[in-house]
Amino acid sequence: MDWTATLQGLVGGILIGLSAVWLMGTMGRIAGISGIVGNLITQRPKGDSAWRITFLLGLISGPLLVMALGGGLGNVANAPGMVIGEPAGGVLLMLVAGFLVGIGTGLGSGCTSGHGVCGLSRLSVRSLTATVTFLVTAIITVYVVRHVMGGGA
Amino acid sequence: MKMVMGYVAGLLFGLGLAISGMTDPARVLGFLDIAGAWDPTLMFVLGGAVVTSFVGYRLVFKQNAPLFGERFQLPTKQDLDSKLLGGAALFGIGWGLSGYCPGPAIASIGGISLPLAAMLVTMVIGWFAAQRLSR
Repeated sequence: MDWTATLQGLVGGILIGLSAVWLMGTMGRIAGISGIVGNLITQRPKGDSAWRITFLLGLISGPLLVMALGGGLGNVANAPGMVIGEPAGGVLLMLVAGFLVGIGTGLGSGCTSGHGVCGLSRLSVRSLTATVTFLVTAIITVYVVRHVMGGGA
Repeated sequence: MKMVMGYVAGLLFGLGLAISGMTDPARVLGFLDIAGAWDPTLMFVLGGAVVTSFVGYRLVFKQNAPLFGERFQLPTKQDLDSKLLGGAALFGIGWGLSGYCPGPAIASIGGISLPLAAMLVTMVIGWFAAQRLSR
């Protein structure tokens, strides 16, 4: 096992958890990316948009800050020192994947952060069910793409 | 003040994604590929995040209200309906195809590429479609 990658995963995970706790403690909100950004774009809620925009800016500036700091803090597989990895597929595949991620998180009221992190730590049955469901379909998808069809992503 | 709090939360989240390597789709797909050279990193990311927020939420919920808000706004739905299951299933397929869930996709804008831009556009279209279907 790659212990450095594991340790970085753990540290990064703790930071994500702190973000969720921070947002709940200061604003009383769930740190779900699809909820925060999706609602910002589709509804532009009056008086409830500014913090979503700054959250979005913070989210984008996090990796940029890690790049600016240097010191190889990124954890891209097989490319130490890199912070942002390459997309796994071409434009066509990503167009399809993006739509599925958008409509799926929209209908399912959450993604890996809202259901996976915040929901599981609130012991929400809905979130546990959603998390198991998207993990299973994602694992099946990767299996089909890599081992049944071969090649691809 | 809410804007500052939102920025700090987003920054912590973005730092977490970058340091953990979740801004690399190869790491995510490596975790999902249980029949290949399995990469356990994502398990530690999710584990670290859940344990931290499990403990932190308990401390936070001892307060009556958030520091800069009137109340804690928590989901109230309890039912396991077809929208939740179907939505999560579709999301999983998109996640498995790309290795991007919404957080890492957006956080990777600093290293934007044509495929990522394409995904972000259709992700937003997907959000609008879901909103229309939910009416």
